[in-house]
Amino acid sequence: MGIRFILMVNKQGQTRLAQYYEYLTLEERRALEGEIVRKCLARTEQQCSFVEHRNYKIVYRRYASLFFLVGVDNDENELAILEFIHLLVETMDRHFGNVCELDIMFHLEKAHFMLEEMVMNGCIVETSKSNILTPIQLMEKA
Amino acid sequence: MEQLKTIGRELAMGSQGGFGQSKEFLDLVKSIGETRSKAEEDRIVLHEIETLKRRITDPDIPKRKMKEYIIRLVYIEMLGHDASFGYIHAVKMTHDDSLLLKRTGYLAVTLFLNEDHDLIILIVNTIQKDLRSDNYLVVCAALNAVCRLINEETIPAVLPQVVELLGHSKEAVRKKAIMALHRFYQKSSSVSHLVPNFRKKLCDNDPGVMGATLCPLFDLITIDANSYKDLVVSFVTILKQVAERRLPKSYDYHQMPAPFIQIRLLKILALLGGGDKQASEKMYTVVSDIFRKCDSSSNIGNAVLYECICCVSSIYPNPKLLETAAEVISKFLKSGSHNLKYMGIDALGRLIKISPDIAEQHQLAVIDCLEDPDDTLKRKTFELLYKMTKSSNVEVIVDRMIDYMISINDSHYKTYIASRCVELAEQFAPSNHWFIQTMNKVFEYAGDLVNVKVAHNLMRLIAEGFGEEDDAADSQLRSSAVESYLRIIGEPKLPSLFLQVICWVLGEYGTADGKYSASYITGKLCDVAEAYSDDETVKAYAVTAFMKVYASEIAAGRKVDMLHECQSLVEELSASHSTDLQQRAYELQAVISLDKHAVENILPSDASCEDIEVDKNLLLLDNYVQQSLENGAQPYIPESEHSGLSNISNFRSQDQHEASIHGLRFEAYELPKPPVPPRIHAASLEPSTELVPVSEPSYSRDTHQVETAASISDMGSSELKLRLDGVQKKWGRPVYSSSSPSTSNSTTPNTVNGVTQVDGAVNVNSKTRSTRDSRKPQVEISPEKQKLAASLFGGSSQIDKRATSANHKVTKAGIHAPEKAQAPKAAVVSNQVTVEKTNHQPSPDLLDLGEPTVASTTPSVDPFKQLEGLLDPTQISVTANHGAVGTTESPDIIGLYGNASASGQSSSSEISLTTNRDDVNFTVGLVDATVSTAHAGTTLPTQFPKGLNPRDSLEKDALVRHMGVTPSSQNPNLFRDLLG
Repeated sequence: MGIRFILMVNKQGQTRLAQYYEYLTLEERRALEGEIVRKCLARTEQQCSFVEHRNYKIVYRRYASLFFLVGVDNDENELAILEFIHLLVETMDRHFGNVCELDIMFHLEKAHFMLEEMVMNGCIVETSKSNILTPIQLMEKA
Repeated sequence: MEQLKTIGRELAMGSQGGFGQSKEFLDLVKSIGETRSKAEEDRIVLHEIETLKRRITDPDIPKRKMKEYIIRLVYIEMLGHDASFGYIHAVKMTHDDSLLLKRTGYLAVTLFLNEDHDLIILIVNTIQKDLRSDNYLVVCAALNAVCRLINEETIPAVLPQVVELLGHSKEAVRKKAIMALHRFYQKSSSVSHLVPNFRKKLCDNDPGVMGATLCPLFDLITIDANSYKDLVVSFVTILKQVAERRLPKSYDYHQMPAPFIQIRLLKILALLGGGDKQASEKMYTVVSDIFRKCDSSSNIGNAVLYECICCVSSIYPNPKLLETAAEVISKFLKSGSHNLKYMGIDALGRLIKISPDIAEQHQLAVIDCLEDPDDTLKRKTFELLYKMTKSSNVEVIVDRMIDYMISINDSHYKTYIASRCVELAEQFAPSNHWFIQTMNKVFEYAGDLVNVKVAHNLMRLIAEGFGEEDDAADSQLRSSAVESYLRIIGEPKLPSLFLQVICWVLGEYGTADGKYSASYITGKLCDVAEAYSDDETVKAYAVTAFMKVYASEIAAGRKVDMLHECQSLVEELSASHSTDLQQRAYELQAVISLDKHAVENILPSDASCEDIEVDKNLLLLDNYVQQSLENGAQPYIPESEHSGLSNISNFRSQDQHEASIHGLRFEAYELPKPPVPPRIHAASLEPSTELVPVSEPSYSRDTHQVETAASISDMGSSELKLRLDGVQKKWGRPVYSSSSPSTSNSTTPNTVNGVTQVDGAVNVNSKTRSTRDSRKPQVEISPEKQKLAASLFGGSSQIDKRATSANHKVTKAGIHAPEKAQAPKAAVVSNQVTVEKTNHQPSPDLLDLGEPTVASTTPSVDPFKQLEGLLDPTQISVTANHGAVGTTESPDIIGLYGNASASGQSSSSEISLTTNRDDVNFTVGLVDATVSTAHAGTTLPTQFPKGLNPRDSLEKDALVRHMGVTPSSQNPNLFRDLLG
């Protein structure tokens, strides 16, 4: 399945976006997010951008105050996921223009729409920025 | 200009919520964004829940407003609170005609509900309708929902339409239809007839559809590679085209052509080429092409390179490719980036299966990773060590693993690494003694986490010996086990499973070699039972152990003197709530009152390995049954044949049966019939002992059962039985196989390697080296590392010789100390130097805001410069600051440091920045003025309440965008460019 969840969490550990590709209850999500964020926040910049957690591998990347965390299966290419995160940020940046945390907060649904275009069933299905953004722009105009 | 635009945009957001969002929504988001604690956030969300509960039921909410409410519900759930009161409204929104509202509705529903939720049924109809829509965006929205909400039962409702959509004229629809089918395939076997569609869509002329199709194909090939061998050529061709940049430019990522598609194709090829020479040969060219083309200076290039290595190590080996792979790995390992080291270690673990020698040249790098404080890297390295364990290095590796296991708290990983230790120890144990010591450690520190089977294996090992006809060695092993357990037993808080092993071993062999008296052993056991009085299993093991010790005493013709404390323990247990403990206690009392002959029959000494024949059909009773039948007894009716009301005397099962039918039963039970038929006794063995006359033979059977329950039994509770199945005889005598020359063999390559590394690294860093050399402690580690390297990577028999030649080696090393020790030291030093160097200078593409800063920081300065001449002083000081931080760095890092580590910088820079803030405020005020005039016509002024000053937000924004500084008020992080 590949990607199991995508989280955006800020430095204070507050969730800014959460998308799960398998069903977890509210409590499970809450617990998982807490544990993961605690783990990742404790790490230094020099350390790997990968952390094992339970049966997930977390690939994370920090942009300004916002952490992007992607939970993947064990046989996923971690470096590629790391770059997938960057692709996501670049795509958001193209859409919002100098994207910041507040953009995502104000346009939560749009951030989700972009993810919907990029990832389906936990697989990366689209990596062309124009393909990702076209439907969203069309919808905005409509 | 871009800057101005965003400022304007945020201003607009500040005024009317931006893009039609309300002021209220803005306030909510802002207040959430500015909270400093979880408690504060919870308070806001709870208040929000109350508000929405009141408002959302209002019958005439404008649609726009409803959409906003739905997003607010999403917020509530995202922040960990229940928003189920609003689910139905999200469902309703999917029915809306407006695309934006519909898609928002679908999004909310997919976020809220799992596929088995009751409300889904209300959406299926809408989905069906939307799949037929003329607007392809509506179809796409519906397909997104299909992928999340359709479960096995509802698949048929949409399947025909989805299949039809595979031929849709819009590529976006085809792509999503493929993924919907992929989802169906994951959920249900009923769509397997549609699998050919995936093959067909691989040839779609849109690269997006093709790329998506690789996902289901990957899954299919993972399950059954053989059915897809015919596609090898297609995949190779596609990969070739991708690598040759035949795909649209928009798929490029950081100058790499469609890297994510390349990676998936390489994964597929790895599966198809596994163990298939013919298929693999078709891949060699394209893989080596990609190896050549990949840019190893970017992250994505390395990601593809890593995938190439995975592919190469999985397909039929090709020497040339393996060589290239090894080169890439060594580049990864030598890199200063932890991420690349991690990938390198992982890749090494893959390649080592094919070329086992490759690890040796990287030994120092591996050891560095092993000793790195970063847990992720450490664990990956353990993974590698696990793969390269052999009997010559098992001791070092397992010792390291155990040390690490003791040091961590994460029980998930502790369990994992404990099982790894056990596995390695079982496979490669050089000696039995070592094995027992190792297992003791594992049990002592992770006993609650290891599988019960492991304990049973250990008991079995001690009981069976080592499959050789060497009784002396076996009994020596047992004595050493007993001794070690007697030593450990006093430790506080041992895990239950370990105590069970200890009790069992002490019971079986505690007095076997005559070294310890029965009273000593039983005394120890008694202590255990008392210290762990909550643990019934341990107590049960202890009592049974008593019984065995006493039985062997009786059998040896000695008089049993039960210790007073044992006596009281047994008495206490005979009144225990646990019937099992009670039974054991009574049996113990019964056994010790028997004579020598009987005891020998019941509990023969050291018979735990004897097979116990279980006469399942109870043939021995045939005569008896025959007699009874002849005497007019009723024939036995198997339980399955009589209904719940039959008058079977097995009241227990009847009771259960009745209970299951009627619930409570209020009438009195019939009196149990006299326990005549012994077969019934056999059927309901355990709890009915009191009803059974305790005649000698049956008793002996019972006690036997108890005894075996603790060791090997087919009958007792499954938890307690020793599992013999599936246990291979993995161990044996130590394999001191190869001869002494390899000792020298293993040490020379080290030094040689060290020297070569010095050649490479020291030349480059000769300047820094002199300063590093003075650092004594780091240098001193190296001989240790050297030794570790030797023991890990050394020739196959290195360890075997260690015991005898240790001194010899030391002296040898002593003699050669000057040059020999120097060289490897230097190598280590140079290694560290590179690490440190790169720490200062993160490679531009790694971790964070690398390259993009190049693009965005420069423009972020320019427009303002043009715009506000007044800003100059700040500007200068800021750039000066940057300069101070990053003078020695390459230009693109300046931005990074200016932004990311502003707070971490020296306080002086902080001060200079804050003092400059006034100027900025001033200039920002100017901008504000201009912008507000631009918006003059709108209702700007009235829309700002006291708290939310546009000036504030602008000021904050400008400040932040400008300098990446943290003003003390509110939460400026919200405004920081993620890529800036």
